[in-house]
Amino acid sequence: MRLNSKHLRIASNLAPMALTVGLLFAGGMLFAVLQSVGWSSVSGENHFTARHYDNFVTDAEFKDSLLITFALASVSTLLSATTGLLLALSFRRAAQRWRPVRVLAQVPLAMPHTVMALVVLEFLSPSGILARVLSGVGVIHGSEGFPVLTNDRLGIGIIVAYVLKEAPFVALMVVAVLLRIGDDYDAVARTLGASRWNRLAHVTLPLVAPALVSSSLVVFAFISGAYEVPFLLGRQYPAMLPVVAQHKFMDVDLAVRPDAIAIGVIIAITTAIFVVGYMRLARALSTTERPLIF
Amino acid sequence: MIARDKSAKYLRSVRPGLADLFASVVFASFAGLPLLLLLLRSFSKNWFWPDIFPHEFSLRSWMYIFDPASGIPAAMGVSVVIALAVAALSLAISVPAARVLALEEFSGKRFCILLLMLPVLAPPLASAMGLHAAFLKIGLTDSILGVVLVHLIPAAPYCTLMLMSSFSNFDPDLEGQARTLGASPKAVFWHVTLPAIAPGMAVAAGFAFLVSWSQYLVTLFIGGGRVLTLPMLLIAMQRGGDAAATAAIAIIFLAPTVLVLVVVARYLKPLS
Repeated sequence: MRLNSKHLRIASNLAPMALTVGLLFAGGMLFAVLQSVGWSSVSGENHFTARHYDNFVTDAEFKDSLLITFALASVSTLLSATTGLLLALSFRRAAQRWRPVRVLAQVPLAMPHTVMALVVLEFLSPSGILARVLSGVGVIHGSEGFPVLTNDRLGIGIIVAYVLKEAPFVALMVVAVLLRIGDDYDAVARTLGASRWNRLAHVTLPLVAPALVSSSLVVFAFISGAYEVPFLLGRQYPAMLPVVAQHKFMDVDLAVRPDAIAIGVIIAITTAIFVVGYMRLARALSTTERPLIF
Repeated sequence: MIARDKSAKYLRSVRPGLADLFASVVFASFAGLPLLLLLLRSFSKNWFWPDIFPHEFSLRSWMYIFDPASGIPAAMGVSVVIALAVAALSLAISVPAARVLALEEFSGKRFCILLLMLPVLAPPLASAMGLHAAFLKIGLTDSILGVVLVHLIPAAPYCTLMLMSSFSNFDPDLEGQARTLGASPKAVFWHVTLPAIAPGMAVAAGFAFLVSWSQYLVTLFIGGGRVLTLPMLLIAMQRGGDAAATAAIAIIFLAPTVLVLVVVARYLKPLS
């Protein structure tokens, strides 16, 4: 490759971005990996060790956290994807015909996860709105009769918060594809005598599959690294990995800090794999995707 | 294409039916019910079990969160300053990068986009923890500047990805034509390029602002609890058990998000 004026122009335009991502993101990651394998900036000692990663195999707390993180992220993602798909299929005509539907559909996306978690607490906690309504109509007697749905053993509160937040996101990504492909394929299949179910299974679903799977990957990657929802709605033990990482990173005992960083590195590697998967699928989608989660 | 325009026009002329209203109600309730609940809670007084609706109302929580003694107005200020700085820096970094990524073809472009996707989609947890050691050495921990820098990790690439879509609708030949007609490069930028991408820039900056605005964990790591932003006080208030004040802070916390959304809905076609 010959270096010419075009290459120089491209390089100089990308330089500020490259500097930002290179120094802050890649540099931060590099420091994180180094610290997780025994390099210490505090003591200046550096001897290679894998013991901070051994925890994932030997330590009961790490194993439980890894398991619950994977389980809750999987369940939340699956439910968000299913609900999102159903929302998209039910409301695509409305979205096509009436603009307010499309605008309103974006509102849940704008709600920060922290606020969603607070709202779920208000609704589902033992003295929350749902318990009060059920008690008012006599289904349960007193708040003791209400099942524990927040900070609970099964992580129901966490799952509810994530599904409320992520299902509209999935729906929006799927509706974007549905609106682009239009009704033509469906109409052709109908002309050829395909039943409603066959049109869904063999025409619509294959067409929206890349959008559905890629948005699910984004959701899964996000949930495995997010802190606020499991902090507010989860249990102390076993906590999801980001909560454990925060706890150990802020510990007064600096010796456990590399353990926290090792968790961060594991999460980063896992999500990176998902992002690459997302990129491969996004290539199949012609629209410029806007992964809108924050 | 023409047929499609016609059908779009036809569809727009159709009056919304019951199904459309139902759809709006469903989507609105995703956000509307939570907002209603937060509003009720923030104005409520002694809203205890088993009352389904509050019987007493008070402005106490709102007075409290705007009382300088509570420290909350200061946190709002810190949050706004940080988010504005992040938005401005993100924009400055993103405009040149988004332009070449959207308009030029070169080898390694997909790899560049992947490098932008990673910090947006992968949580900034690990890089922030790694940076802490480096920032400690150069005195950037516990400082607003350090927090701004760590917020840039997800915000700047996100801003670039959003700007790319407005640049991909931009025709660079327009600049050439303006140059041929004798405009200086500076004039071309101010009178041709900027007006074409300004709406996209506003939206991208708005989202960079929101990305920074909603960060919690990395602010805690790099700010070390010294840089107090709104989400940190929101969570502290929830832990403290003052439900009405928590709800009031949550509403303030939501405000910029709603504002950006309204602007986006106004200037950009949703879903396109």
